Amino acid sequence: MGPQHPSTHGVLRVKLKLDGERVIGSECIIGYLHRGVEKIAENRTYQQFAPYVDRMDYVAAVSSGLGYCEAVEKLLVVEAPPRARVIRTILTELQRIASHLLWLGTHALDIGALTPLFYCFREREEILKIFEKYCGARLTTHAFRIGGLQYEAYDTLEKDVERFCKDFESRIVEYETLLTQNRIWIGRTKGVGILTAADAIAFGVTGPVLRASGVKWDIRKAMPYAAYDQYKFEIPVGTTGDTYDRYLVRMEEMRQSRLICLQAIENIPSGPIMGKVGKVLKPPPGEVYHAIEAPKGEIGYYIVSDGTVQPYRVHIRPPSFINLQAFDRMVRGHLVADVVAIIGTIDIVLGEVDR
Amino acid sequence: MADESKEPKPPHVPTGDKPASSTPPVSTPSGKPADASEPAAPRKPPAPAAPKPPVVLQTPLDNEFVTRFRAKFGAALLQAMEDRKQAILVVERARLMEIALHLRDDEKFDMLSDLTAVDWPKRDKRFEVVLNVYSFAKNERLRVKVLAADAEEVPSVVGVWPTANWQEREVFDMFGIVFSGHPDLKRILLPDEWQGYPLRKDYDILQQDAAWVRENLGIESGQ
Repeated sequence: MGPQHPSTHGVLRVKLKLDGERVIGSECIIGYLHRGVEKIAENRTYQQFAPYVDRMDYVAAVSSGLGYCEAVEKLLVVEAPPRARVIRTILTELQRIASHLLWLGTHALDIGALTPLFYCFREREEILKIFEKYCGARLTTHAFRIGGLQYEAYDTLEKDVERFCKDFESRIVEYETLLTQNRIWIGRTKGVGILTAADAIAFGVTGPVLRASGVKWDIRKAMPYAAYDQYKFEIPVGTTGDTYDRYLVRMEEMRQSRLICLQAIENIPSGPIMGKVGKVLKPPPGEVYHAIEAPKGEIGYYIVSDGTVQPYRVHIRPPSFINLQAFDRMVRGHLVADVVAIIGTIDIVLGEVDR
Repeated sequence: MADESKEPKPPHVPTGDKPASSTPPVSTPSGKPADASEPAAPRKPPAPAAPKPPVVLQTPLDNEFVTRFRAKFGAALLQAMEDRKQAILVVERARLMEIALHLRDDEKFDMLSDLTAVDWPKRDKRFEVVLNVYSFAKNERLRVKVLAADAEEVPSVVGVWPTANWQEREVFDMFGIVFSGHPDLKRILLPDEWQGYPLRKDYDILQQDAAWVRENLGIESGQ
């Protein structure tokens, strides 16, 4: 299957070993989109590399950008000011909603439900408009800078976010009426691609996929970054770890992200948006590993500095790449038609798998 | 790690508390040149805030966990340190498998977050293989490193953490480090026929696999 199959969300090739219609083995062939970002990083300065990380998970660029900026800040031993942290949190949570919406639309489309796509893109458009107003870009935003923010929040940011959040409450209900009790949807997703908690941990799976298997773990709670320690939110977990559970977990996550946004816009602290970092960044020699909770799971940056303006080594731990490894475990014993549902439910972006 | 990083940038070496002598270090990282060399301002150096003691980022690590670890593995623990408050253990390569099992089962580091490598061509053991493990029970991360020279094999930890499978393949793909005991060690991101290992420091990006590019893309160079 693939690499040009529309349901593989990019250029993923899957070799399937079949017994009739049943899958008895699989192998993922990846690398079609490999651009060598880790090598590129070694030939750029710290700031110059920041836009590249947006091009890995290009549907959640804000999240990758946040992870990179915070990792370099840790390496420099500086902190972004409170105002910058809150604005970062708002934009990152909007990005999580946008990423989940794109997932929901395409995942439902793969399984045969055409309608949710249009609804999801309608709301996603509103979020992209907010990004565009904030930094001029919709997809590869490069919204944050090392040490804080480049742009001050525009005048009506709070209002825009508030309006979106108000509308969005009833919109999630709309998606749910289309899918949650839908007999075809339940038939196609319940019991499909079960991943037990033990397997999920063994395969290093993170994000909504791990939580749907019943592990209550979210880096926003476990090791808070940005301004997440100030807000109240729940971590939704599933019970069986099947495709339907992963659907429910992501739906609830969107609700929680909405709540975080509403809490955050209530009180955006005033003050500077840029921390004390120089124009030329020369982090002291040493290394750091910093991970954040991206929409798809743990995105980690392992950066080694040798004291020069260029990173000695940047390694990115992409959630899509690691989560895709569990695909083989999830797909065995299912029908060929379920393969499409399982690829969709892991929520991969090939730009991030291949880097 | 620490000894290498000290070489290129002496000013950052954690020298501890320097007595407030009249001459601050010549090249303070913040680079305030006018401090000591100007005879016109003899009163400046004694000012308490002027010579910032360099921030100590790398410190030796010695806590309960390290004591336990040392008691069990003794000489296999080559170094225990902290860098920016993140724990790092450098351990002996030959005993990695044993150590990995111990970390997973006894110390509850049940998830391998990340596995990668760093190339330091000037050292006699040029590769550092870096494992980043996480414990759900303790909510802690730990970095475990093993050193390997060119053509030395590193024991595979796929048997301990299955997630290492693709990550070790990626390290093999990019650095050419062979993991002994890996079930299916082959390239993962680059084409199978690719020559060379791109993330090695001596891999010249302009001298990439020209033959492959010529043959498969029909152009002289990818650059």
